[in-house]
Amino acid sequence: MVNWTKTEKATITDIFSHLDYDDIGPKALSRCLIVYPWTQRYFSGFGNLYNAAAIIGNAKVAEHGIKVLHGLDLGLKKMDNIEAAYADLSSLHSEKLHVDPDNFKLLSDCITIVLAAKLGSAFTAETQATFQKFLGAVMSALGKQYH
Amino acid sequence: MTTLTAKDKQTVKAFWAKVSGKSEDIGADAVARMLVVYPQTKIYFSHWPDQSPNSPAARKHGITVMMGVGDAVTKIDDLKEGLKELSQLHAFTLRVDPGNFKILSHNILVVMAVMFPTDFTPEVHVSLDKFLAAVSLALSEKYR
Repeated sequence: MVNWTKTEKATITDIFSHLDYDDIGPKALSRCLIVYPWTQRYFSGFGNLYNAAAIIGNAKVAEHGIKVLHGLDLGLKKMDNIEAAYADLSSLHSEKLHVDPDNFKLLSDCITIVLAAKLGSAFTAETQATFQKFLGAVMSALGKQYH
Repeated sequence: MTTLTAKDKQTVKAFWAKVSGKSEDIGADAVARMLVVYPQTKIYFSHWPDQSPNSPAARKHGITVMMGVGDAVTKIDDLKEGLKELSQLHAFTLRVDPGNFKILSHNILVVMAVMFPTDFTPEVHVSLDKFLAAVSLALSEKYR
């Protein structure tokens, strides 16, 4: 279980209340598929992922990026028990999707970088620390049901 | 994973040419973020009277690190040879655990996104990530 200070909770709530999911989601997922191309292994049904331009223009990638980003809402709504919030999604990622949990970090880093680009200097070191702590908690929860 | 293609090298050099004017600010911000986001890295700076992220010592260190990165860009065709003295320094004098190179690299990338959101495209990101990984590997060369 992760402990959150009042300030950390406020920071996370603030980030998500201003988050443009339709912008950040597609950018984060497409960046992940470009920067870490082996992650494309999970998306063989998505059509043309042949190069960066194709990935960025791919409607299925964009749609999925938005979906994945909204997945963070589960943790946002239940910050005091993130593990419980992701129990079902964890089983899904392990048993149905067969995603290597090491890959959670790759997407997580891309979400951080895309958010940093959007917020600029407002993405302070303290904000970064809190946001990465949140993503770390989500990743840990997503990995819990793997066996 | 750390073999830089001709395209990677070209991308890194072109991006560096754009951003190197701000290298001091980049380095200072990257080190500050590292100290805040990964507080365990402070152990390497216990000799600083002021370990706060925006202290003069931290800023100076960021500048030093970024000068090293800039130097590595000029030696991009043979990083192992070009960085061998820096590797010896990190291995025998500083004894920085190489896991920390990844941490600082991540923070350099975050700063690039913050300061150059339009130029730090996914293509630049992948080449720069590969470059920093190659630099980290070259810095680890003399450890054992």
